[in-house]
Amino acid sequence: MTGLTHLQRLEAESIHILREVVAETERPVMLYSVGKDSAVMLHLAKKAFFPARPPFPLLHVDTTWKFQAMYELRDRAAEAAGMELIVHRNPEAEALGINPFDHGSRHTDMWKTEGLKQALTAGGYDAAFGGARRDEEKSRAKERVFSFRSAAHGWDPKAQRPELWNLYNSRIHKGESIRVFPISNWTELDIWQYILQEGIEIVPLYFAAPRPTVERDGMLLMVDDDRFRLQPGEVPVDRSIRFRTLGCYPLTGAVESEAATLSEVIQEMLLTTTSERQGRAIDHDQAASMEKKKREGYF
Amino acid sequence: MTAYQPDALIAADIDAYLATHAAKSMLRLITCGSVDDGKSTLIGRLLYDSKTIFEDQLSQLEADSRRVGTQGQNIDFALLVDGLAAEREQGITIDVAYRFFATEKRKFIVADTPGHEQYTRNMVTGASTADLAVILIDARKGVLTQTRRHSYLAHLVGIKEIVLAVNKMDLVGHDQSVFDAIVADYAAFARGIGIERFTAIPLSGLTGANVTTASPDMPWYDGPALLPHLETVAIDGDRAVAASFRMPVQWVNRPDLDFRGFAGLIASGRVSVGDRVRIAPSGKTTSIARIVTYDGDRQDAIAGEAVTLVLAEEVDCSRGDVIAAAENPPEIADQFVAKIVWMADTPLVPGRSYSLKLGTQLVGATVQPPRHVVDVNSQEERPADTLALNDIGLAEVYADRPIVFEPYAKGSALGGFILIDRATNATVAAGMIDHALRRAQNVHWQSAVVTREAHARQKGQAPKVLWFTGLSGSGKSTIANMVEQKLHAMGRHSFLLDGDNIRHGLNRDLDFSEAGRVENIRRVGEVAKLMADAGLIVLTAFISPFRAERDMVRALLPEGEFVEIFIDTPLAVAEDRDVKGLYAKARAGEIAEFTGISSPYEAPERPEIRIDTTKETAEQAASRIVEHVLGIWSYDL
Repeated sequence: MTGLTHLQRLEAESIHILREVVAETERPVMLYSVGKDSAVMLHLAKKAFFPARPPFPLLHVDTTWKFQAMYELRDRAAEAAGMELIVHRNPEAEALGINPFDHGSRHTDMWKTEGLKQALTAGGYDAAFGGARRDEEKSRAKERVFSFRSAAHGWDPKAQRPELWNLYNSRIHKGESIRVFPISNWTELDIWQYILQEGIEIVPLYFAAPRPTVERDGMLLMVDDDRFRLQPGEVPVDRSIRFRTLGCYPLTGAVESEAATLSEVIQEMLLTTTSERQGRAIDHDQAASMEKKKREGYF
Repeated sequence: MTAYQPDALIAADIDAYLATHAAKSMLRLITCGSVDDGKSTLIGRLLYDSKTIFEDQLSQLEADSRRVGTQGQNIDFALLVDGLAAEREQGITIDVAYRFFATEKRKFIVADTPGHEQYTRNMVTGASTADLAVILIDARKGVLTQTRRHSYLAHLVGIKEIVLAVNKMDLVGHDQSVFDAIVADYAAFARGIGIERFTAIPLSGLTGANVTTASPDMPWYDGPALLPHLETVAIDGDRAVAASFRMPVQWVNRPDLDFRGFAGLIASGRVSVGDRVRIAPSGKTTSIARIVTYDGDRQDAIAGEAVTLVLAEEVDCSRGDVIAAAENPPEIADQFVAKIVWMADTPLVPGRSYSLKLGTQLVGATVQPPRHVVDVNSQEERPADTLALNDIGLAEVYADRPIVFEPYAKGSALGGFILIDRATNATVAAGMIDHALRRAQNVHWQSAVVTREAHARQKGQAPKVLWFTGLSGSGKSTIANMVEQKLHAMGRHSFLLDGDNIRHGLNRDLDFSEAGRVENIRRVGEVAKLMADAGLIVLTAFISPFRAERDMVRALLPEGEFVEIFIDTPLAVAEDRDVKGLYAKARAGEIAEFTGISSPYEAPERPEIRIDTTKETAEQAASRIVEHVLGIWSYDL
């Protein structure tokens, strides 16, 4: 058989999308969250524009509560790619000291949702690449590759454009913007296989190691720095853990694991019986929660 | 119902497992049918049998099924494939959802589209990327109108592999004669619409019979079960590789002065270093010097790969051009016949200029009134003046410059296009090119010996089109006449085209419908362009209510020659003046489609000049326009 493998087809499709956006929009930017999906998206961007550097900056919407290891890889990856790294922290959230311990969902709203809107408006970006995948969540199964936002960054599920063949319509009015998802058609397993095949560096937190943890509300949380507020009686315990998704460390649940290599992680993923997003506190609302967040402007 | 159960090899030897899975191919398919046909159950079954539903998803599904499901205490698989909250409340799927599953041999992307009548648009969208279509039939009901509709659409979009899944065989006692009768019925219909082949499979999504493995319930069936068929059917990609080489250029990669590469996705064929290639439409030939990728230079590359080509010689080549096999380049034309699927709530306006995107080319294009539309249920052709949402028609398309294309039958990459509304930016239609019009290929531009520059030089002026737009009674004609008088007095060569006068002669065959107005402005635009070519300063005074047509005229002219002058008079003021008594008639209902009353006026967004007639007299306005225009060309004099 002379045909392409599924990873080759997915890679080519993603590269095609990245190039279309660069050719047709004025100021694209890539949202870089430092997770494994971002790592794959950045790798694809390097491939798409080689030997040139990807002709857009990376944007990290920071909450100041990410894992230390994420900040470290973020800076290194941007430098290795030769790309400008823009870090945005919502000044209002910073001034109010918004944090995941005291402010619950306001933490996500202000740092992430509002922070993202601020950063996109400030940069005047008309297109932003995001690493969302259709297999992540039910409402995303219907999300287009190109998702159009009003000048206020709102999303209207009824006003999205049909996408035929590989023809994308990137025309927008002044002030409007597009969120573009180049890895829409990748599954979690595709992402892992591609990381393995391409030797892409990911945050070490994806691999099991002994780390200080506490158990709270059925979640294993890592005590990543001394801002972690221990409740009465809580004592950090070293457990061999790893993370399936990465976000703000006080909101991200770990799994106990011995999987210390990439193939062991994939093995464990394939042998477990829960889907990927379960570790994220943010998704534990009702099923339509993601769609609601999206309408409000959360990525 | 049990959830995900992993492959034994994963635990035993993960590296061996990953090695197997790295070499998988990919099949994209579309499932057509309604929930009543058991489509969601079948998709759920495929996800479940291929171990794609995780435990937490299954428990969520069970909870949702009890809360909002339509299957009583049983699992409602429709909930697994329905995503958006609004749709869930209505109980219908109104969009295309993409689902993923994989087996040891292949990764599958399933485009799931509804069977509901008004959603032709969604099915065409989902089918446009599919290699294969699964057409579901309820064995108790046989071939229905919707079966014919789905098959027609799948065939229209060019899907070669069709699976006729005769579902719910358990409810007809697994009876071979029922199956055979349905297959015979379908075969007669399929032949009639040009479907060359299909694979019929009797199955049951509910019991799983013939879904993943051959069912003992139907020993009379000796064909493959559904999943094994999907795993082994030939993928269209191989056909694309066998065709001639074409790569639409997406982006010119120029990191420094030493490197100039052309990035693109290879649409068809294969390319090797040293191959002779032709750049379309320019026709220049050269050869391939390098095939560059991040993973190192390659000797060759095939259809479906995204590469960067370096050419042996410095030839003009940019986004929109197509690099093709030198001995067999694609066609070039500006007029063709295409099948068009209308996808917007606002119907087609024949003659209006839309943006057309084909490959990486973006041009202006107009669509003629359709030759016919096809009734998607009966496949009968009937006459029509326009195309409305979900209509499929055959029509002539005129591009404003030649484009590189291939008939859709040869492939979608250079045969499929979308139309974009210039005002709303919405994707309003999908098109598939049948063939070029011969007259377009044979009518060549006559290049005049006395050029437009020579005409202008002789008159000692730079040609312009001063386009006055505004409501009826806003003062367009009055101000335009004053401007022309001033220009004439200053020795400029000009001509005024007035709306009412043109309607009495050149355009007397046109009515005041939207289509008539579009054609009116198109003709005036073309006449104004010819006069500008002759070196004149042209003044036009037309309501010209639609932005798209004004932009079309702007696009006809060289940059800077089109001067849009918005005579901005509020409706109340114009109506109050009512010089010709037309507003009174329109208010009395005696004039249909009167701009401002019963038909919209789209004000210019960025006119070169805006005249507020409540603040300026006509004389002041005319002076300002002349000053503006002369100011621009004073250095030319």
